[in-house]
This record gives sequence, C-alpha cells and structure tokens, in this order.
Amino acid sequence: MQIYLPIAEVSVNAFLLVGLGGLVGILSGMFGVGGGFLMTPLLFFIGIPPAVAVATEANQIVASSFSGVLAHLRRRTVDLRMGTVLLIGGLVGAALGLAIFNALREMGQVDLLVRLSYVVFLGIVGALMFVESVRALRRSARVGPTQPPRRRQRGWVQSLPFRMRFRTSGLYISVIPPLLVGLLVGVLAAIMGVGGGFIMVPAMIYVLGMPTKVVIGTSLFQIIFVTGFTTLLHATTNQTVDVMLAVLLLLGGVVGAQVGTRLGTRLRGEQLRVLLAALVLVVCGKLAYDLLVQPAELYEIGEAEH
Amino acid sequence: MIRALGLVALLLAAPAGNAQEVIADLDQTSVSIDSTFAGQEILVFGAFTADAPPDIVVTVAGPPEPATIRRKARRMGIWVNAAQAEVSAPAFYAVASTAPLDAILSPAADLRHAITLPHAVRSVAAGPGQSRSFVEALVRIRTASGAYRRDGEAVEVIGGRLFRTAIALPSDLTEGDYAARIFLLSEGAVIADYATALEVRKVGLERFLYRLAHDRPLVYGLMSLAIAIAAGWGAAGLFGLFRR
Repeated sequence: MQIYLPIAEVSVNAFLLVGLGGLVGILSGMFGVGGGFLMTPLLFFIGIPPAVAVATEANQIVASSFSGVLAHLRRRTVDLRMGTVLLIGGLVGAALGLAIFNALREMGQVDLLVRLSYVVFLGIVGALMFVESVRALRRSARVGPTQPPRRRQRGWVQSLPFRMRFRTSGLYISVIPPLLVGLLVGVLAAIMGVGGGFIMVPAMIYVLGMPTKVVIGTSLFQIIFVTGFTTLLHATTNQTVDVMLAVLLLLGGVVGAQVGTRLGTRLRGEQLRVLLAALVLVVCGKLAYDLLVQPAELYEIGEAEH
Repeated sequence: MIRALGLVALLLAAPAGNAQEVIADLDQTSVSIDSTFAGQEILVFGAFTADAPPDIVVTVAGPPEPATIRRKARRMGIWVNAAQAEVSAPAFYAVASTAPLDAILSPAADLRHAITLPHAVRSVAAGPGQSRSFVEALVRIRTASGAYRRDGEAVEVIGGRLFRTAIALPSDLTEGDYAARIFLLSEGAVIADYATALEVRKVGLERFLYRLAHDRPLVYGLMSLAIAIAAGWGAAGLFGLFRR
C-alpha cells in the first residue's frame, strides 16, 4: 500500500515503513539502544530527504524512549537528579547542534557533516565495544561466569569543582562532566537525528562511574527531552518533521521493541554486545565507503536555499 | 467525454479556411494528492486544422522551482560538495510527440518555445560556462528518477484532425499550477500552439498537515510530540498488560 507523505513529498510503501520500524525496534529492544543510528541512514536509503529523515527520526525516538523510561521508572532505575543535569547540557547542545546544522545547510555541506559524524562516532563506539566484548567473551570462557566486577576509574572527574550528591547513583561528583556529556549528546541529536544513547551509555559508565543498573533509564529520561526539544526546533525552523512518517515508523517500532526484548533475554550479554558492535561497524563501513570511493553520479540536486 | 465531444463539435463547426490552429483539453483540470496518491494518468486530447499533416508535440510541466545542483570533488581523500549552481526548473516535465523530437523540431523553434528540457530549465546563478554541465546533470538525474520524461511516439493522431496522448504523473508529484502546452509543427517550425492549465493540490489530511506545518509550526511540533508521547505511553501500557 503506497502512502504519500505530506512533508517529505514522496510516496512510499506503508508496509515497508512499518517493517523498517519493526526491524529497528527488534534491534533496539535486543540491545537497549534507540536505533536512530540505523533508522536515519535507512531512511536516506529509501529516498526520504535527509533533512526530513533527521527531524522525523528525532520525533520517533521521543516515543520509543518514553515507552522505555516508564518501565524503568517503575523499577526505580532512573536517577532524576543526574538526568536533569545531563538534560541542561543536552538542551544547550541541541540548540548549538541545530545552529551548526543550519549553517552547513546554507553551505550545502549538511550531508557531509551528517555522514562524517556517523563514520567517526560509529567507528569509535563500534571498535571500542567490539574489543571490550570480545575480551569479555574470552575471559568468561576461561574463568567461567564468576569474575570480579570491573573497578570504576574516576581519576580526573573527582578533582573538579561544583560537586553535587546523586543519591540514586551513589555518587558525589562535580556537575561539569555530566553537563559536558549532555552537551555532546545534544549536539549529536540535532545533527544526526539520533538519541545518542550509544555515546551516552558508555560515557555514563566509564567517565561518570554510574552503576550500570541506573544508566539505561537515566539515559532514556534525558533523551526524551533532548529529542523532543530537537523535534520542536526542526519543526519551527525548517518544517521538516513528517508526522505521518513518524507514526508509521512508530507502529512497527513499538511492536519490534517488545519482540527484541524477548529475543535479547535468550542471548548472553557478551554475545549481544559482539553482535551490536559488528552491526555498528558494518553501518560505519558502508558510510565510510561512500565517502571514500568516487560516486557514480558526481552531481546531486539539493533543496533551494531560501 | 462530454467535454471531448463538445470540443470536436466546436472544431467541426468552425470555418475550415486556411487557418492552421490547434485546441486541446485535459480529461481533468485538477489532480488531488491524498494519502493514497500513487501517481495518475492524465489524457491530453484535442483537434487541429493544418494544410499538411503536421507533427504534434505535447508538454506537461510543473511550476518552476528553485533548485541547487552541487558537484562533488575529492578533498583530502573524501568526496564533498565542491561547486554549485542555482537553477529554476520544473519538478516534473514530460514531452510527448508524434515522432522523435530530433527529427521534427528545429533547434531555433526549440529555443524560442523552450520545448525540450535544457531550454525549459533556467539558470539563475552560476559561473560562466559552468551552468551547462550543471543543467545537463539535473536533466540526467531527473530523467533517471522518472521526473523528466520524453516519449517520441506517444501522441496518436486520429483521422487527420484529432490527437490524443496519455501523460503519467509520478507518485512523488509536488503541488502547484502545472501547464500543458501543445505545439503544431511543420518542417521543424511551430505553426500553432495552445496552452491549458492543470492544478495539482494536496487534499484532506495531506493538505491539513502540510498547511499546519508551515502556518503554525509550533502547534505542529507540539502535536507531533503529543502523538509520540501518547504512542510511547500506549505501548508501555499494552506491554505491561502482556507481562502480567
């Protein structure tokens, strides 16, 4: 069934969109990531204009992370105080990111910026995760399931001023690192159309030293607001949020996330992380390939500048 | 059909003197884009009088829209947009004729009436000598995507006085005032022409959402957020039920 999207102004198959939403939903349920980093490139691929794909994906992430955070609130695994500090950084970052996005759009380089951001961040995160999870797999094969938990390293984070107590996380640290982490994720949300969970989660564990059980819920909590703010900014400055596209992706996404969560419980954590790392590296490799190899068509038609 | 009959009657009633003329109409004057729009075919038909059997060219064009064409070049090992040109070009352009255009249309007539594609695209701002390759690229890309079409055998002549052709509009059509032009050609030159309009509009939900997004962007943005929150809430609630 073909459906005409009012803002993207293209006609696409509705079942394809629901299916894509479902597929990415399964992955996001299995791995606990928003899935924006997969969905946005897939939307480019099926012919949605990049500006619309980025803005609409932000809107979709609001829904999936809201759904997720409700479950975490019930389990009391959200550090609201830490989330609020991250959020303040995140909102500033989102506004900054959109300003960069629009400036490069004027110069005709927004596509390059989006792709480069994907290659750099997916490459770094994918490689780190791959190395870490392969090492964990080997360790568990050698020593068995019982092993000492990794010691948290906080060194420089401890020495900064403006310290604050975060009870849920059991931390007493400076507010500067969480503000900076939030800022970075906010910039990424606006430029890449992603929630930024794939950056935020490792940063919370390894930089801030938060306990793993509150990381996902707290990350989701602040992502709702940052992507919500990003959606509003894109809607009011560029008119590029396609609500019909968002609804179709959502339908598949919420169902897929549930299926994915069940699948995820049958696999071991390290195996899941190796799979996710491989997936991230494949997406990164494809985008890098497109940047490095001479394209078949050197010209492209962009939207007009107003 | 009634319109078609009326047209024929009109032409038959007219004095068949030396005048060489063409009149035409479309089987519909407007195209509505709703959420199930998947492309549409419109019929262009009409009648003509000419001293000798003429060649006929029919064009259907979308409204001219500004577009930026960018050319990639290698900079520091990666392919980036390096040069650009601004043009004013229709998002849709179809040319149908009784025979391939190279054989029936002289370059002078083509230039004067802007019939074929490079002439129908207007260059707005580009370096001298640059604009040609950019316009050619635009035509090449849009021809490949089906937005620009050219069919050298699509116009059918019936009984030496009537003609008809079907133009397929693609599913990713944009809004605007489209124009259909009909040219009567003899030995490469235009001897008569006729133009009629086709209105393409979004309707229903498509129109509502598009207008809301552009007229009240804040309301539209808040609505998008509300839908997302409601969907997330609903999903969490439903899954909660399944778990119990």
